[in-house]
Parts: sequence; C-alpha cells; structure tokens
Amino acid sequence: MCLAVPARVEEVNFPIALVDFGGTRKEVRIDLLPDVAVGDYVLVHVGYAIQKVEAKDVEELSSIYSKLQEEGVL
Amino acid sequence: MMARKDLIKKISEKIGKEMQEMGELRIMHLCGTHEDTVTRYSIRSLLPDNLKLLSGPGCPVCIIPDIDLQKVFYLIEREKIIFTTFGDMARVPFKGKSLFYYRSKGHDIRIVYSIFDAVRIAKESEKMVVHFGIGFETTMPSTALAVLDAPENFCVFSSHRFFIPAMEHLLSLGDVRIDGFINPGHVSTITGVRAYQEILERYGVPQAIAGFEPEDVLIATLGLIESIKSGKAEIINEYIRAVKYEGNVKAQEVMDEVFDIEDWEWRGLGVVPSSGAPLKSKYSDFDAFRVFEDVFSDFIPEEDARKKACRCGDVLRGIITPTDCPLFNKSCTPKDPIGPCMVSFEGTCNIWAKYGAYF
Ligand code: SF4
Repeated sequence: MCLAVPARVEEVNFPIALVDFGGTRKEVRIDLLPDVAVGDYVLVHVGYAIQKVEAKDVEELSSIYSKLQEEGVL
Repeated sequence: MMARKDLIKKISEKIGKEMQEMGELRIMHLCGTHEDTVTRYSIRSLLPDNLKLLSGPGCPVCIIPDIDLQKVFYLIEREKIIFTTFGDMARVPFKGKSLFYYRSKGHDIRIVYSIFDAVRIAKESEKMVVHFGIGFETTMPSTALAVLDAPENFCVFSSHRFFIPAMEHLLSLGDVRIDGFINPGHVSTITGVRAYQEILERYGVPQAIAGFEPEDVLIATLGLIESIKSGKAEIINEYIRAVKYEGNVKAQEVMDEVFDIEDWEWRGLGVVPSSGAPLKSKYSDFDAFRVFEDVFSDFIPEEDARKKACRCGDVLRGIITPTDCPLFNKSCTPKDPIGPCMVSFEGTCNIWAKYGAYF
C-alpha cells in the first residue's frame, strides 16, 4: 500500500503528467507537486506523485553512506 | 560505484563489528514494504544473533479492524452501490466472506488502482460510488484531493489512519522493548522528518527514515546501532533522496482540510489516540458514514469465530513472528488466508510464506 515507484516525467499538463516507469507510460496526478518539470523523477503512489526524488541511487545523498566512506569502511 | 553485493557485505560486516560484546538490541521497522525488502533479501541472515529486526504495524490493510470490514459488507448487502477498493483489501475475509465473494454474488465491486479511477467511474455513472479509503499518510492526500473534486454521487468509507500516533501508542503499551525504529520511508515523504520529533523528545527512541533497497535498510540499521551506542537519540534521514525535513507541505494541507482526527481502533493495538481520520463535517456529503447514516443505525458488530486463533494482532505488535502462530502455513496460507497479515502483500505472514523465510 505505501509502495511508491519512481518514474520520469515526460509531459506536464497540470494537474496531470505523463510519466515513464522504465518503459510503461501512465498518466498520474501532480496536484501536490506543482513545480514538477519534464525530466524530473517523481515517486508515484496509487496514481499520484507524492514527491520529487533527487537521485535514484542509495549511494547518492545518503549522509550515513558518505560518513562510512570517510571512515574508510566502504 | 561499488558492486551491490560488496556494498551489502561491507555494511553487514560493519554491523557485526559494532554489535560485538553488546547486549541484545531490538530494532523495529514500521512498513510492510520494509518487511518485503528484509525478507526477500534475507537481511536477517546477515545480522548477528544479538540484533533483532522486528516487524511492526506497518501494513494498512492488516491494521484495519474487523468492524470496518463488517460495516462495508453490511452496506453492500443493503444498498445498490458501486463499491471501489484496492485489490489487497478485496481478499480480506470476515466470517468466510470477502469483497471478492460479494462480487461473485453479483454485487458491483470494482478493483481500482487509484481513487481517481473511482471518481471517474462516478462521473460516468448515475449510481452512488463508495470508495474504501484505506492507507496511512502516504495515501490520505489522494483521498483528500478526490473529495475536493468529487461529483455528488461519490463518497468515501474512510478507514484511513494516521500512522505516527501508532508509533507512540506502541511505545506507551510497553509490551515489547524497542531500542530503535526504522521509520516508514513513504509515509515520511509526506509527513517529513519533523513529524517524528515529538516521539523522539518524549521517548528518546532513535529513529532512522529508510528507503526500500536492501542497502537502505542496512545503512539505516547501522546508523541506529551507532546512535543507540552513543546514547545520542536522534532522527536519521537515510532516505534524503525522497524525504525532506518538512515533507510535502501541500499534501499536509489538503489532508488537514479534509480529515478530522479521532481516537480509532487498530487490529492488535486497541484504540490509538488521535489516529483515526474521518472526513470533516463540512464534507459530510462525501462521507459514507453520513450518507448512509440510516443504514448504519441498525448495525451490530459481530465476531469472526474463525479468526479466534489468528495472532495477526501479536504479529503487528512485534510480539511474535509468523512462525510462532500455530496456523501459519497450515490452515492459514496465502491461498486460503485466515487473517489479514496473510492476505496483504504487505502482511508479515504473507511475506514470510511467500519467500519461505522461517527464521
Ligand atoms: S499465520 Fe494466519 S492465522 Fe496466523 S497470525 Fe498470520 S494471518 Fe493470523
């Protein structure tokens, strides 16, 4: 239920956007992300975008991850 | 970028090292999707014996008490409506019946992917469309948006519940020791980091907001161990690629606009203060409880004898694991489930049965 899947925004026609889930295209509601633009990645949950995702990978932007790197663990 | 396998190995080795000569630590995650990650990737087998990763009440289908389901059935039996629901909910049994059962008997039950599909059905129909509103903060904003834009023949049967009050309730019950929480990533995209501050201040339990890759869960776990060891209770945001400090403010605003706050019952947790999300009275035209007030006035709650032995409630509190339930994979299976924890794809019993993780 709380699953949200990242998708790339292809077209914006507020409050609807066409997004691409790695091959599958779908229309989603973007009422809650008014600044979303083509090329952004968004998390989609039950047909609406809940948040922009800044980076796709765990490695990027995890503060604990960079701390581990500094400590030489990774 | 390091190969995934190596990364996972390195983090689990570091966890092993950190846990040496430590007493038992108990970390609880709060999301069915986390349980899926943990079990699918066999993460518990990578952890030392003195580190327990418990599964909490993070399955929105599972925590809905029988009385809600019974009310839905009561309504469907009496009114000629179109009833829309997410698929997971359609299989939950009460006294051997489910929404799928009612559909097979000719009632108009439709599985939708999104509440916006339900609104569309209403716009194309003359009949009353009642949507089963389930889910935590992740899902509630979509229901709120739908209500703000709904036609007259649309209403919501709200079984929505605010999740964060349940964390606090769990701690106040005190029947399981919890040293740290892995907070639900997608609830947090809406609520933000700040929503957990009060629990931190009141109970001093460290928390880590985590994403849903195996690395995410391990990195969050490691962060929690370090936080617990240093005695510095904090909220770690491991999922910063999606979770902001303030969350999605617009989503919070639409939720505030549409939903009230009440004390509601949860399966396994009893009545959780300030966790229920009925529609505000100004939206009563879209509230199934008000629209069908007369129907519900004769409603009498019943018990489901078949569920007497089901320990879903204890699974949801982290008191037992599915294998501690004598019915697990015997009379209760994903094909013929007794409790919702075996029905839902986010239920711990279902996930354990599916991936065969019996440790
Ligand atoms: S295995 Fe089935 S009966 Fe046992 S707790 Fe889980 S859902 Fe309930």
